[in-house]
Amino acid sequence: MGHLNFRRRMLRAALALAGIASTLAPAAVQAQEPRFIVVASTTSTEQSGLFAHLLPAYRQASGVDVRVVAVGTGQALDQARRGDADVVFVHDTAAEEKFVAEGFATQRRNVMYNDFVLIGPKADPAGVKGKDIAAALKKLSAAGQPFVSRGDKSGTHAAELRLWKAAGVDLAAARPAGYKECGCGMGPALNMAAATDAYVLADRGTWLNFRNRGGLAILVEGDTSLFNQYGVMVVNPARHPHVKAAMAQQFADWLVSPAGQQTIADYKIGGEPLFFPNAVR
Amino acid sequence: MSVLSESFGAAAALVAQGDGALWRTVLLSLQVSGSACLIGAGFGIALGASLATYRFAGQRLLVLLVNTLLALPSVVVGLLVYLLLSRQGPLGALGILFTPTAMVVAQSVLVVPLIAALTRRLLLGSLAEGGDQLRSLGAGPGRTALLLLVHERFGLITVLLTAFGRAIAEVGAVMIVGGNIDGVTRVMTTTIALETSKGDLPLALALGFVLLGVVGAVNALIGLMQWRGTRTPAQAFG
Amino acid sequence: MSSPPPLISLHRAAVRYGTTLALDGVDLTLQRGDRLALVGPNGSGKSTLLRLLHGLLPCDGERRVHPLQPEERLPTFAMLFQRPFLLNLPASWNVRVGLWLRGVPRAEHAERCATALQRVGLVRLAGRPARELSGGQQQRLALARAWALRPDVLFLDEPTASLDPGAKREVEALIAALAADGITLVMSTHNLGQAKRLASRVVCLDQGRMLADLAVDRFFDGASLPEAARLFVKGELEWAT
Repeated sequence: MGHLNFRRRMLRAALALAGIASTLAPAAVQAQEPRFIVVASTTSTEQSGLFAHLLPAYRQASGVDVRVVAVGTGQALDQARRGDADVVFVHDTAAEEKFVAEGFATQRRNVMYNDFVLIGPKADPAGVKGKDIAAALKKLSAAGQPFVSRGDKSGTHAAELRLWKAAGVDLAAARPAGYKECGCGMGPALNMAAATDAYVLADRGTWLNFRNRGGLAILVEGDTSLFNQYGVMVVNPARHPHVKAAMAQQFADWLVSPAGQQTIADYKIGGEPLFFPNAVR
Repeated sequence: MSVLSESFGAAAALVAQGDGALWRTVLLSLQVSGSACLIGAGFGIALGASLATYRFAGQRLLVLLVNTLLALPSVVVGLLVYLLLSRQGPLGALGILFTPTAMVVAQSVLVVPLIAALTRRLLLGSLAEGGDQLRSLGAGPGRTALLLLVHERFGLITVLLTAFGRAIAEVGAVMIVGGNIDGVTRVMTTTIALETSKGDLPLALALGFVLLGVVGAVNALIGLMQWRGTRTPAQAFG
Repeated sequence: MSSPPPLISLHRAAVRYGTTLALDGVDLTLQRGDRLALVGPNGSGKSTLLRLLHGLLPCDGERRVHPLQPEERLPTFAMLFQRPFLLNLPASWNVRVGLWLRGVPRAEHAERCATALQRVGLVRLAGRPARELSGGQQQRLALARAWALRPDVLFLDEPTASLDPGAKREVEALIAALAADGITLVMSTHNLGQAKRLASRVVCLDQGRMLADLAVDRFFDGASLPEAARLFVKGELEWAT
């Protein structure tokens, strides 16, 4: 009877479905790979391209896969507090010291620094160009030109707030006209600045890697208060026993070792190094 | 608009080059969203069919809930699943956060309401036409649901394709629970988001075109299978 | 003349849809071997009465189903609808679904399905998707599905209303053959000629009330009908007196 042919067709469909389903299994199996650690770091570090350069070298040296989850500094530290990372690698010394004080890490160590630069429209309507960031920010707040702030509890955002304070501008009391908080990462903030001819504080690494510059250029650089210190911390296994302490420690040690430091120094864009290793030995 | 044509050309070039990293990313997208649809279908079809054929107290409320969940933003789903899978969360001990498995979980949660709502809608039509007759043959709500699902099997394929489209196009959930880790949990949509943040808009658009092309190919393939399935083979005697 | 045993009896049965009274105070006893036709204008409650007898609707008043004698079990029912709902499966599978739903042992499926399809003359089309059959063939398939269940009572809701004349004749012939086998029939129809051909007993309804309940020849000779019923019959059959 006709039902035999129908049955055959249904069987074929079921087999096809099972075939498709079986190709999906590997995606789940990947999670079982044993030798890896999770590093919580920042979007600016990721977007500078440093990890694409650094991590293959580390895998070569140690056989350990480093999985970087790149979020804002504040989020990275919160993630580590929750135990969802093995290592924290961010650039906000004050927040890192607080992290250690809270007991989530036993120590923080310097790894490298890069610097921030003040980016703005080439025409520079606020006239801030120069080497003095405090003076530049004072002029900006007076001129009321558009300024994009990341506003996302990131290391860059924290640095930006410190610089406004050092320039004597009280953001809470009187926001400069044109000050916009996007609550976003460095890249989107730069996109926004490019689109609206605004000023923005950025880390050099992201800027050098950034493709959508529009009419923007570096206006202020070289001021020592623009230096941005990166630190590494291993999440304390006493607080989170599941942390892969041995592999995490191995990675942190490598970053501050001569080999790691040299690898960092070797990372250049257009012949220019982005980060300057400064681990204390 | 030159950006668009530039990106379209770049997309074609990417495909022609056969860049290994690109295809691995595409494959991961397909695997994650495909798995999520199949898993979501298990729950969603059962839920949707039951909502169509069973009568129980609070049914209207449940239908309302399912329809409302259709508007659940993917980033909210991502956040909820993150809290679930975080070490501090109830399922933290599984240790699947920041792996493709977590992404499959998040997208499954995302598509279940969609599949349920669409399945229910699909069955209500046939139910109106033949619910009485099935009942007179002695079918209870469970068997009615089963028979109508078989009856409407081609419509179900469309439901699943719709869910697949929703899953593979979303970025909020997989970004949060996957962490966009290079080579591990980076999928097409999170790559596009990353390239956009790096300001490389033409590349981001090009990747967008590639993703569209892949989804289009999947739809075409399924459409072809369906067409062959509904053609009448000339049968004399089975 | 001994009266045949009752199968289903209704006493002061009424059915409400919201505020509308679809059936109002109907007394009816269906007897084994009856070939009962329910006639009346649209909206008279024929379909409602049919479904009520089957048990598909709740009612106010009393509905009792009596066990069969001498089998000592409750009668089984099957129903045929004006537009049969067939699943998007081969024709034979539709019959098997009916058997499955009724709980017939799997071992019997093939044989009962084959016999049923043979009875209605659809063996050749057994493998065809049911939805591709013509209107008449679909109704014959529905009949096969119902017949395979070996029901004691077969309910038919305007079974030929949607069919062309040729198909109508085929289906009527099958229904008559089933009746000859001893199945009790309850059929609603607006086609009085059909009622005359197939029924042994006619019930006429209007606006939810029963106007007449008579043996078929008495119904159609006109003399014993109440006025309202006679007008209805006259309207439908030009040559009725």
